[in-house]
Amino acid sequence: MKYAFFPGCSLESTAWDFKKSTLSVCAALRLELHEIADWICCGSTPAHASNASLAVALPVFSLLRARDMGMPVMAACASCYSRLRTANYKITHDPAECSRAERITGMPYDGSVQVQHILDVLANDLGTEEIRRNVSHPLGGLKVACYYGCLLSRPPEIVAFDDPEYPTCMEEVLRVVGAEAIDWPYKTECCGASLSITDPDVVRRLGYRLLSMAHRAGAECIAVACPLCQSNLDLRQADIGKSFGEVPEIPILYITQLLGLALGLSVDELALEAPAVDAMPLLAKHGILNPAEGGKRS
Amino acid sequence: MNDTLEWRDIAFLREVERLSGTPVSACVQCHKCSAGCPIGREMDLLSSQIMRLIHLGGEEEVLKCRSIWLCASCEACTSRCPMGIDVATVMDTLRILAARRKLRVPGKRGETFYRSFLSSVRRHGRIFELGMLTAYKFRCFDFLTDLDKARKLLAKRKLSVLAPRSANVAQVTEIFQRADEEERNR
Repeated sequence: MKYAFFPGCSLESTAWDFKKSTLSVCAALRLELHEIADWICCGSTPAHASNASLAVALPVFSLLRARDMGMPVMAACASCYSRLRTANYKITHDPAECSRAERITGMPYDGSVQVQHILDVLANDLGTEEIRRNVSHPLGGLKVACYYGCLLSRPPEIVAFDDPEYPTCMEEVLRVVGAEAIDWPYKTECCGASLSITDPDVVRRLGYRLLSMAHRAGAECIAVACPLCQSNLDLRQADIGKSFGEVPEIPILYITQLLGLALGLSVDELALEAPAVDAMPLLAKHGILNPAEGGKRS
Repeated sequence: MNDTLEWRDIAFLREVERLSGTPVSACVQCHKCSAGCPIGREMDLLSSQIMRLIHLGGEEEVLKCRSIWLCASCEACTSRCPMGIDVATVMDTLRILAARRKLRVPGKRGETFYRSFLSSVRRHGRIFELGMLTAYKFRCFDFLTDLDKARKLLAKRKLSVLAPRSANVAQVTEIFQRADEEERNR
């Protein structure tokens, strides 16, 4: 299976570990990724909250380049995924948006380039059975809370690959690789997204709710598939403890990092040293990594 | 600002509906959007109250409220509205109108962040985080908040000190110019 890969800005900086682990996991599962050579920023919230025309035109620019590649687009960042899908939705549902985008980008586009999130590719294109066949180092019952955040499941008419209120594809993937996906009620609650820059107090409160609930539900770590979810829960975890009282440290790992461990990929290939909250002690405790060998795989 | 709610002018409702493309007038005040809003606690007006104020022509009240800048665009309201109103897009429309009218808004930092972000995209085609954050901090005159985070990010190689390179900067600048024109004609 071949995909035109749209990494997006976060995967080039704050979420470089998401990019590295995505590339490693896809290579191990023989998913061929071809990065869209001259992709540009999707515009994210700043575009749709300040210029509705720009919010469609920026994704369309990159989608036009993907169209020439003749493959479906795969994004890993939840926000890029949502913006690319929203642009397609607007173009196919509103002729005025379609002609506006054509005037801005200078090229006609009918909204037909398929856009998928890596979770959709893993759970639905590849399927859990194929993933199971590739597992060499099962995760030994590691208790994981799957956290989807907002944009992977909402709004359903735009993203539409799992249930909007109770998605389960991340759990399905982690179960077949030997983790115990615990049930918890906040898997689609918001982390506050870019309010971390303008209103960090709000993000700390939301983060505290999420971390304490995950802990109460028995999670030892949280799996995410969005750069903002990761950084709001990981980088701000120490601050959250200071503001609201201590919650035991919970590593926040990308789904690709956890999946990659089960596929036998190395600490380096999965960039497991990148998160602020150190995941190594937990992974050693479950025998997933051997700390005596510097985290090498047996 | 009036203390009692009474119908004033339908022009504002029509303008919001036209720009957002969503039927705000269909709101039946079930408050489902407000009940599920993760930021409701910090908001001065809840989303369902904003919908009602739009019905009533309360232009100044909604365009000057803090809530529109606190909305995290999580889309819970949009997904759950039984009347099919795209509440999150209404919030976008209100932010756009507030910025266009250059109102002195309490949540100014939101607008400042958007501007800093987009000027980075305009310049590089992609986000240059360190440059964008520095510009934002200068505009807000706030240099101390989260300085420790920046240090952590640099140590983890999560903030690049070099701007990204995109082959399409000239085309991106054109896109911004034409999108600004399109917005003026909307």
